[in-house]
Amino acid sequence: MHRILALIERDLRKLLGSPTLIVVSMFFPLVQLVVLGSAFGGKIKELRVGVVDQDHGVPTVKLREMFGAIAANARTFVAVEYTDPQQAVKDLREGKINGVLNIPPEFSRRVLARAAPQVALIEDNTDNFSVGALQGLLGGLVATYNQRGADPRVPPGVTLSVVELYPYVPYIQYLLPGSIVLAIFISAMIGGGIIYIDDKARGLHEGYLVTPITKFELILGFNLSGAIRGFMAGLILTTLGAVIAGIPNPLEPLRLIKLLLVIGTTSLALISMMFLLMVRVNDPLVPRATFGVLNTLLFFPSGAVYPINGFPVWMKIISKFDPLTFGVHAFKSLLLKDTSLAAIAGDLIVLTLFAVLALGLTTLLFKRTL
Amino acid sequence: MAAVEVENIRKCFGSFCAVDDLTFTVEHGEIFGLLGPNGAGKSTLIRMLTTLLVPTSGTARIMGIDVVRSPNAVRKLIGVIPQALTSDLDLSAAENLKIFAKLYGVPGERRARVVKELLDAVELLPWADKPVKNLSGGMRRRLEIARGLVHAPKIFFLDEPTTGLDPVSRVAVWEMLAKLKKEHDLTILMTTHYMDEADKLCDRVAIIDHGKLVALDTPMKLKASIPGNNILEVSFTGVPEGWLETLKSLADVQDVKAEDHVYRIGSNNGARTTVELMEAARRARIEITSLSVQSTTLDDVFVHYTGRQLRDALQEALGFDPRMFYERR
Repeated sequence: MHRILALIERDLRKLLGSPTLIVVSMFFPLVQLVVLGSAFGGKIKELRVGVVDQDHGVPTVKLREMFGAIAANARTFVAVEYTDPQQAVKDLREGKINGVLNIPPEFSRRVLARAAPQVALIEDNTDNFSVGALQGLLGGLVATYNQRGADPRVPPGVTLSVVELYPYVPYIQYLLPGSIVLAIFISAMIGGGIIYIDDKARGLHEGYLVTPITKFELILGFNLSGAIRGFMAGLILTTLGAVIAGIPNPLEPLRLIKLLLVIGTTSLALISMMFLLMVRVNDPLVPRATFGVLNTLLFFPSGAVYPINGFPVWMKIISKFDPLTFGVHAFKSLLLKDTSLAAIAGDLIVLTLFAVLALGLTTLLFKRTL
Repeated sequence: MAAVEVENIRKCFGSFCAVDDLTFTVEHGEIFGLLGPNGAGKSTLIRMLTTLLVPTSGTARIMGIDVVRSPNAVRKLIGVIPQALTSDLDLSAAENLKIFAKLYGVPGERRARVVKELLDAVELLPWADKPVKNLSGGMRRRLEIARGLVHAPKIFFLDEPTTGLDPVSRVAVWEMLAKLKKEHDLTILMTTHYMDEADKLCDRVAIIDHGKLVALDTPMKLKASIPGNNILEVSFTGVPEGWLETLKSLADVQDVKAEDHVYRIGSNNGARTTVELMEAARRARIEITSLSVQSTTLDDVFVHYTGRQLRDALQEALGFDPRMFYERR
């Protein structure tokens, strides 16, 4: 253990000796957070919409037929059937679905009686892109429903009432989780990439390799020190970013504990990935040449700036294997919705498994000789 | 049991063998020098002995422990100073030593004392808290020597410890090594391409060229092993037929080699051979353009065993002749 601590001590002493590096590694994500405060366009598809039919009358059947036709053709959303509206809202809160279409018990009777019939769209308004798409589509659906040449007994004038679960989320808040993950990622690229390869090229690792340190101790030491650096970057950006973006009560103790957990897990996963990518690299130009591409390839598919539902298939595939996706999702859940630990448990498990797997592979691939 | 035993060791990279079938031993308490030009295979050999490279074939044992089979046991016994200066520039001298003491598993209660003692031994105590980037090249090298000793190793490997240092710093490092060897009861194996360094420091010297061992003995015996106690280097404006034979017939001459119009004459009596040489030149009516007389050096030994001067070998290793930059003006 003292050998691992020695590597951590060395890295942290170096980091604290160059505050410029800390500032630089955080400057870019903060700039991005502030500058990219505008929404991105894009056609959103395959949003999961929970349908709660509490009526089952003829007008409801007609409405659902039209809903089904859009789901089948435009593929903007996928219908998920619910019998219990509370369960649907719970799943919406936990991010399992993107919205709930609630058809109340008296809907058909009100339609036939022309007594102001209503269906409700309960939406997760932390995601403005998805909400906008759903509102537009269901609004159009209802309008079409009202205009159809139907039985004169069916009165026109069905309206859609929108229920927002959360206070309005400006785009800068939406972008904050991605900016935090980006700060951690930049820290990983600098520490796990540039500094690691530079140290190797300068012969510093040769000094380590002639000591009795094991491969695993060496890799674990590098990873932990990198994770600590990433943690510091993530923590600073979470605090500063939350203030800049105006997140309400960001440092509420229980939420802060959950945030620290996500920052730590994300840092460990990203630094492990970086060491895995760099374990056999010797040329100091390689990390510098690849980081631009790597950043684009992993940051944008993570859902940090635009919902994953709007991506083409190949990008969706990348996002499924991209550890940044899980970090971004967990930060979004905590910062925008203040969800329970259960809602981010999946992200934490994936990030931890990813870190363990990357650490194991790096140890296997690391050459103990020159 | 010898401190270092090397048997038929070989390291090949594809079809090129950097170290080719070397066998030698280093006894306890010796300073053993590996002498040769850049690219001779010295660093490759030292990297195999310090577990950084796996030999292609052959064996090497440190204090009886095989470097391939038990590398970690070997690492505990050896201190290694690589060719490049690899201390962390942003950390202080003391911090560098402290971190390596931890890496070598020096117990916490001893660590501070060991660091202080070593900094004192290499005369860096006043600079203990200064960042390494503020130290001179010689001071950094002394710090690295201290770093290699934090875990009290039995055998110390130094790869070209004075390369890049000014003459004053080189002498300071030599004195430091001699002192440390005595105080710490060390066996030292070092590589160098400085003849004077090997001559001054080493108990025995192995000359390596193109990965092969060409000579091995004490500097004194190596020098005695080549003909003549003195070497005369002489060049002429133009020489008549049979001039080489004339030179060989001069008094006390043991050996004559001609190379690029320069004659290297090994003699048992430099003064008398010089007088006879000048007389012979006068008689043959040729002009001596340069003449130097010197005692036999390890450079002469290198020339004798490899057929070329060390500076030529260095140029060959570099792939160009540095003189070309001056001659093009």
